[in-house]
Amino acid sequence: MPVTVRIPTPLRRMTNGQDKVEMEESNLSTMIENLEASYPGVKERLIDENGDLRYFVNIYLNGEDVRFLDGLDTSASSGDEISIVPAVAGG
Amino acid sequence: MAFVSGLRCRECSREYPGEALNVCDFCFGPLEVVYDYATISEVVSHDRIAAGPLSIWRYHDLLPASGEDPVDILAGFTPLLKARNLGERLGLKNLYIKNDSVNPSFSFKDRVVSVAATKAREFGFETIACASTGNLACSVAAHAARAGMRSVVFIPSDLERGKVIGAAVYGPTMVAVEGTYDEVNRLCSEVGDNYPWAFVNINMRPYYAEGSKTLGYEVAEQLDWRIPDHVVIPSASGAMFTKIWKGFNELACLGLLDGVDAMTFGPDQNTVHHPAITTRMHMAQAEGCSPIVNAWVGGQNQIRPVRPDSIAKSLAIGNPADGIYALRVIKESDGSAYAVPEPQVVEGIKLLAETEGIFTETAGGVTVSTLKYLAESGAIGADELTVAYITGNGLKTQEAVEEVVNPLYIRPSMSSFEEALQGSPASASL
Repeated sequence: MPVTVRIPTPLRRMTNGQDKVEMEESNLSTMIENLEASYPGVKERLIDENGDLRYFVNIYLNGEDVRFLDGLDTSASSGDEISIVPAVAGG
Repeated sequence: MAFVSGLRCRECSREYPGEALNVCDFCFGPLEVVYDYATISEVVSHDRIAAGPLSIWRYHDLLPASGEDPVDILAGFTPLLKARNLGERLGLKNLYIKNDSVNPSFSFKDRVVSVAATKAREFGFETIACASTGNLACSVAAHAARAGMRSVVFIPSDLERGKVIGAAVYGPTMVAVEGTYDEVNRLCSEVGDNYPWAFVNINMRPYYAEGSKTLGYEVAEQLDWRIPDHVVIPSASGAMFTKIWKGFNELACLGLLDGVDAMTFGPDQNTVHHPAITTRMHMAQAEGCSPIVNAWVGGQNQIRPVRPDSIAKSLAIGNPADGIYALRVIKESDGSAYAVPEPQVVEGIKLLAETEGIFTETAGGVTVSTLKYLAESGAIGADELTVAYITGNGLKTQEAVEEVVNPLYIRPSMSSFEEALQGSPASASL
């Protein structure tokens, strides 16, 4: 079973309108590289010039903020769900 | 009409039309309202404000939604009370309480929701929604009822009963989520992507957050168009903190403060700092959830999210969206940030109640205990004009102060009464 990646509205223009895409299991860094290969431009939106996750982007693995896990080294396995969610919300 | 020219990303300055958007497509930064201040400065005046309604809509020229027919349950224009007793206790001679706990749904959230609901209706939405720590759910449901709109409120399932009932009574669809506020918020960001709803604190957030500026305007107006030397403000996301600062600076730039010359805003309206604005901004958080205070104390300019574990549930946001901007305001205003030890939250509630007759919720307890700390540490001078913002009502968090209930149990007879009275505090006044 693949890993499901949920795509937020600001990125859907790059994913041909798809709100989720399926990917092979790997760590987040590799997954973002693979996303970039399929949908050019996505990586620049998620990763800053220092190679870190952009400040205003949150990524969750099965609902858990990856900043509480291993960041971009966090591994996702088959059946997992990854959500990319804009951080500017709430309050 | 509203004097809005569009939205702009606070991080990369990309411009967007004034629509229901909150995030920059490019860098995911927050979008902020851009105003036509040149036109505003031509129309706004003390007289025009004074002629307006006794609600936040008296400042409609400075709000991003039209004041002609707002969704209004009369939020705002709450009392600014000289706090003589509390001031005496803390050694402060010029202390005021901005009592925003007496808004129609009993918290400051009515200010932001009135703006967001008005804007949502302007955009043609039929449903307003929110991710809430409680107070916001109450306000969204109340405004939806007033506007004849539907509402959907998402809350953590462990909220205080007073907030759950205080929202449910208005008839929203209530979704109780087994999780923290941050999890509710994340879920709502995803829900908002798939449903045609106006989430007041997500896709309506640029407009919504502006409503908190009125907490700055009102205090200045109630002080005869002066600003305080110090303000103490409770913070969760940090949005209100930054907007009160923005409100003071807007008044100064528009020449609306006593003895202050107007100034142009410059290209970045959100970071404008008029030199006459010397108010020191003090942030109050509870130790069980103090990500912004942690960053301030640690000298960092970014926020490390925390998992909240605090009695002050209305401040329990572990990943505060406006945290970095609040840090900048603390720095620019030469302010401070303090995390109140959890047991002192209730002490703060009781102190305010016993000295000034104001019953606030846990967030207010955090504010009062921070004020006490600032007074005792000498950060606030005895004569300096200080305003503490009390933003929510104690009737919603009664569980926190259950211990105060300790009546004299008697039989219905004079002898039983007199026996019980002996040794009680009331006997001292006999």
